[in-house]
Amino acid sequence: MTTDNSGFISVEGVDMRFATKKGSFHALRDVNLKVAQGEFVALIGHSGCGKSTLLNLVAGLLKPTSGVLLCDRREISEPGPERGVVFQNHSLLPWLSCFDNVQLAVERVFGGKEGKASLAERTRSALALVGMDHALGKRPHEISGGMKQRVGIARALAMEPKVLLLDEPFGALDALTRAHLQDELLKIVSRTRSTVLMVTHDVDEAVLLSDRIVMMTNGPAATIGQVMSVPLERPRDRLALAEDTTYMHCRKEVLDFLYTRHRHAEAVAA
Amino acid sequence: MVSAVFHSPLEASGAVPTAASPPGGVAPTAPTHPKPPAVLQQRIDLAGLGRSWMQSLVPPLLGMVILIGLWALFTVNSSTFPSPKQTFDAAWVLFADPFYSNGPNDQGIGWNVLQSLQRVGVGFGLAALVGIPLGFAIGRFVFLERMVGPLIALLRPVSPLAWLPIGLLVFKSANPAAIWTIFICSIWPMVINTAVGVQRVPQDYLNVARVLKLSEWQVLTRILFPAVLPYMLTGVRLSVGTAWLVIVAAEMLTGGVGIGFWVWDEWNNLNVKHIIVAIFVIGIVGLILEKALVALARRFGHDD
Repeated sequence: MTTDNSGFISVEGVDMRFATKKGSFHALRDVNLKVAQGEFVALIGHSGCGKSTLLNLVAGLLKPTSGVLLCDRREISEPGPERGVVFQNHSLLPWLSCFDNVQLAVERVFGGKEGKASLAERTRSALALVGMDHALGKRPHEISGGMKQRVGIARALAMEPKVLLLDEPFGALDALTRAHLQDELLKIVSRTRSTVLMVTHDVDEAVLLSDRIVMMTNGPAATIGQVMSVPLERPRDRLALAEDTTYMHCRKEVLDFLYTRHRHAEAVAA
Repeated sequence: MVSAVFHSPLEASGAVPTAASPPGGVAPTAPTHPKPPAVLQQRIDLAGLGRSWMQSLVPPLLGMVILIGLWALFTVNSSTFPSPKQTFDAAWVLFADPFYSNGPNDQGIGWNVLQSLQRVGVGFGLAALVGIPLGFAIGRFVFLERMVGPLIALLRPVSPLAWLPIGLLVFKSANPAAIWTIFICSIWPMVINTAVGVQRVPQDYLNVARVLKLSEWQVLTRILFPAVLPYMLTGVRLSVGTAWLVIVAAEMLTGGVGIGFWVWDEWNNLNVKHIIVAIFVIGIVGLILEKALVALARRFGHDD
């Protein structure tokens, strides 16, 4: 991998095995990855390739069987608010309003240092950032799926994490909402300059959003098959890129990897 | 569930102004126009209201009328079984003075019901005090579940009345023994439902707690307790229902003041009218308890 990258997130020789009823399952094999500060990296691969497992390892929700994960030169041994996670299914607490869901995170991170008014202001501005400041008092079941995901993103952003970890954040949304939130995410990230690691199975999403795309081979014992840089200027515009040759080339490259060289096992069998 | 109940009236009332507003919007140029649609709207609403009353009130009333009709039909020539009229007259006398007291063996029906409710309340309260924390512990620790699970499975099917002699033996008095019986019968649903609720807290919520590094106390108060609350309230509802079933039988055996003993006493007096009144009273009190707890569960429920 490139040596000039400072390796803000560093995954070194990580193996992951799960104990199951049928014995041990080898999910990840010898994964090595470095992500620079401020970089947007997408993890892409077929379902079951362990991309979410890798994200959960970086989040600290899982511990590797062997190997080391570092964030900002410190070993990742447990989850922490400096690595904000946006979960696949939003994971908002249904008994709390949108405001309280975000406020819970804000209190946890800044509660010791700041007064009540300042904490509430942080929550409000995080929700304003994702365009949800009109629904502060609403409960999650009163808002749409796209809105829930926005609040989930606001919760992660409000913690001012060093790293933003997104686990298929737009996977459950319809295409129009997804496109809209992708554009919003681009704007937010360009403003906050966060380091982002995002799991996705959507090729267009990966090419549109990221600086580098990490393509994973099929499991079991999945590993990183190829890493591709996306040399597109920012800010990126979805419509202009649709006919851009670099964009098309990147897209083709990823599709090639996924469907020619590493077809999904079930697809091959069928 | 909540949204379905609380939103529909809002939406219905919201629909009226929007439907009426287009004519209202052109009102400055044609001030006479808005009126007819508004009146029409009102008439439709009244019809709708009448229809919903028909649907919600007529069938239950019809059922009640048929029941009483059949009862009257079968008791026309009966000398042993009281007719609806005789029962109603007896009830009228009873409810004229429900709170009289002529010593421990002759008290108004109100006192009897309250005594029974008190026993249920105490027995159930103690069961909640023990059962809910126990359920949390069982749900949280697999070891405890494996330890206590088989015992619960063994003891739960036992009729709570089988525990009455044990209560009499230990407490040497009828009243605590009845409360003990209620305690036993109402503890199981609460233990089991709370434990299941804790086990079913979605992993996502616990992951959120881990990412936020919430303290154990915060995990309990902000995540576990609200997530388990609906399960717990279901347990409470089942418990209270069972307790109200069991108290009648327990009081028949223990005596004293209480609706169960009152039924038994009236049987010894061969006063069947009062027994039928008691059956209705027990049913109505049970219904009220159930409805109140459903309302409570709805108040604290949450939809994902």
